[in-house]
Amino acid sequence: MWQELRAELRPRGLEIVTIALDSGGAVAARPWIAAAKPEHPSLIDERHICDELLGVVNVPSGVWIDETGTIVRPPEPAWPRRPVLADREPRPDDPPLRAESIRVASALRYDAARYLDALRDWVAFGAASRFALSADEVVRRSRPIPPEVSRAAASFALGLELHGRAERERAASWFKEAMRLQPDNWTYRRQAWALAGADRERLYATDWLTEVKRLGIENYYPPLEL
Amino acid sequence: MSTPFAMTTAIFGSLFTEPAMFERLTGWSVKPEGLCSGERCVPVALRDGHVDVRAFADQSARALVHDAESGLWALGPESGGHALASANLPELELPTVDGKPFRVSSLRGTKVLLVAWASW
Repeated sequence: MWQELRAELRPRGLEIVTIALDSGGAVAARPWIAAAKPEHPSLIDERHICDELLGVVNVPSGVWIDETGTIVRPPEPAWPRRPVLADREPRPDDPPLRAESIRVASALRYDAARYLDALRDWVAFGAASRFALSADEVVRRSRPIPPEVSRAAASFALGLELHGRAERERAASWFKEAMRLQPDNWTYRRQAWALAGADRERLYATDWLTEVKRLGIENYYPPLEL
Repeated sequence: MSTPFAMTTAIFGSLFTEPAMFERLTGWSVKPEGLCSGERCVPVALRDGHVDVRAFADQSARALVHDAESGLWALGPESGGHALASANLPELELPTVDGKPFRVSSLRGTKVLLVAWASW
């Protein structure tokens, strides 16, 4: 879907850069990138640098950067269209957990039309667009970093390091600490689950549906402030 | 003005680190004023020619967590503010899917939409 958007907006002066927050590296991301056949830069962020540098806590997140390298919109949910899975209906033979996951995915807030309209407006009007924020507002809207979020980032980094050393059990303990300290950081949670593979249930004893319902479906993608 | 590489979390094997290693891991270098990154300095003196990581963490309000079994320490980002200290895009260099380094700043002169996504 990003390539489609790029085809529309590149001639008007917008480049798209996708960044895969994938500790599995290019191996994990390549099949998706290959399927998309992008003409834009497709980067790999194994260490989740963007989580910390920019304040990304879920995907997809979009950041707008103007021609001078100034951020005019900090990370926020960025859907150029509703994902296909959001309009699926559960099949009669779907297990109950899967069926409910599909229903919940449909109920998430995507705000795709509003986001796309705002993006097109900025591409057309640049700094004059009402969607381009002042520097002070960009900073204000970016994620706060209280001490527990700093500790969460350090814990997650330790988890990645230990996972890289094949210390999976201890890595999981640090990933769980990161989730405890910053419960609304879905990149930590979902990355940890992905790295656990077949051990996910044993190590974490939870799943996406349980956590989304616990934290609130309405909080998974917060409303866009447009 | 170029934006220095912003520090991300860093992993240490010891709380006392050689200055060159500390700079490589964090982007902060030893100056007469202490440890400095761009125009910012934190008043931390060397101890026996090594950087005291705990002192740096304390002075810069960063979390420092320790895994006793491995002996590793992880330094977190500075707390008390926001993820973005300014609207200047931090220097960001990452590999492409083909392994080539790419700096987002190379697109200066063009509007950019950065999209974070994941296979999971």
